[in-house]
Amino acid sequence: MSERTAAVPATRDEERILAELNKKFVHDARSQQLIEISYRIVDSPIGALLLASTEAGLVRVAFETEGHERILEVLAHKVGPRILKDDRSLDDAARQLDQYFSGSLQEFSLPLDLRLSTEFRRQVQLELGRIAYGRTQSYAQVAEHIGKPKAVRAVGSACATNPLPIVLPCHRVLRTDGSLGGYLGGLDVKTQLLKLENPEFDGGEATLF
Amino acid sequence: MQIPFERIVQDHGLAVLRVCRALLDEHRAQDAWSETFLAALKAYPDLPDDANVQAWLVTIAHRKAIDELRKNPSEVLAEVLPETEVGQAGRPEARIMDGELWQAVKALPQKQRFVLAYRYLGGLSYAQISQILSGSEAAARRAGSDGIKNLRTHWKHAQMLEELS
Repeated sequence: MSERTAAVPATRDEERILAELNKKFVHDARSQQLIEISYRIVDSPIGALLLASTEAGLVRVAFETEGHERILEVLAHKVGPRILKDDRSLDDAARQLDQYFSGSLQEFSLPLDLRLSTEFRRQVQLELGRIAYGRTQSYAQVAEHIGKPKAVRAVGSACATNPLPIVLPCHRVLRTDGSLGGYLGGLDVKTQLLKLENPEFDGGEATLF
Repeated sequence: MQIPFERIVQDHGLAVLRVCRALLDEHRAQDAWSETFLAALKAYPDLPDDANVQAWLVTIAHRKAIDELRKNPSEVLAEVLPETEVGQAGRPEARIMDGELWQAVKALPQKQRFVLAYRYLGGLSYAQISQILSGSEAAARRAGSDGIKNLRTHWKHAQMLEELS
């Protein structure tokens, strides 16, 4: 009997009760400050995005291709396991991303939590925020700007491990020859973002020559 | 490595709700569910990696239910659940889960009720149940089988039970 009973899926009545209980639970957990990370998933033209925040600020933006469940597991390990989905959180981040994708916002203004990055990478990632909307820089230029002109590869790694893509625009960093380099969300997404910001962007075609 | 607590709520919320509803009236069952998950969330970082999460949650729910039953023992047994109308026609299990089972289980002596709830709704082994109830495994097993026997005698869906068991 145990297996059969345990396998009986939730009835509509139970689903309704659980949905209400869950809402109240998240609310209570939030007011008792028991949540280490709250998250929600928002739709965007480049696929579903996971937004996660700590008390300090936005801590992770993740592309669907990264595997949201896997990212949440990493966050549980690195920040803390008290992670809850809270659709009423992260309103500012969700709204600003919406505006960004509709072309009406060029610069994000959000509290950020870069605790997932080492000090050097944090320095690089914050530098990314200075690259103007619609413009690009090379990895070498970014290395120069932070005063470490030889650290080009390390800058590349810092971009590749940017925990807050789009918000900290690592997509605006290209190779010196103008080719795309890499992107956590895939090169298609990188091109799409660059074209959104600058319709004349050539798509990094320099790679072909 | 601990998984995000959200997944624990998703994976075990239903079983804990069913356990709470088998032990308490509707309103207090829901309170017990909320208190169980809040207490669990608080304690979660200290839970050993290899712990059986559902047994842990049912143990917390048990303590919450005992507190409630001590505060007000009579209400539970006196309560008669309304016949819930069918949410999902043609699914007898749904009808049972929506009310009839609780009604039948609540008519049982307390120990049998605990054991059946933890065994069949909480999915615990008799060994785990005996720990929660501070008794022997044999006693838990006996209470379980007495409970099943009782249900067979008094519950109008005895036949359904036969099919499930």
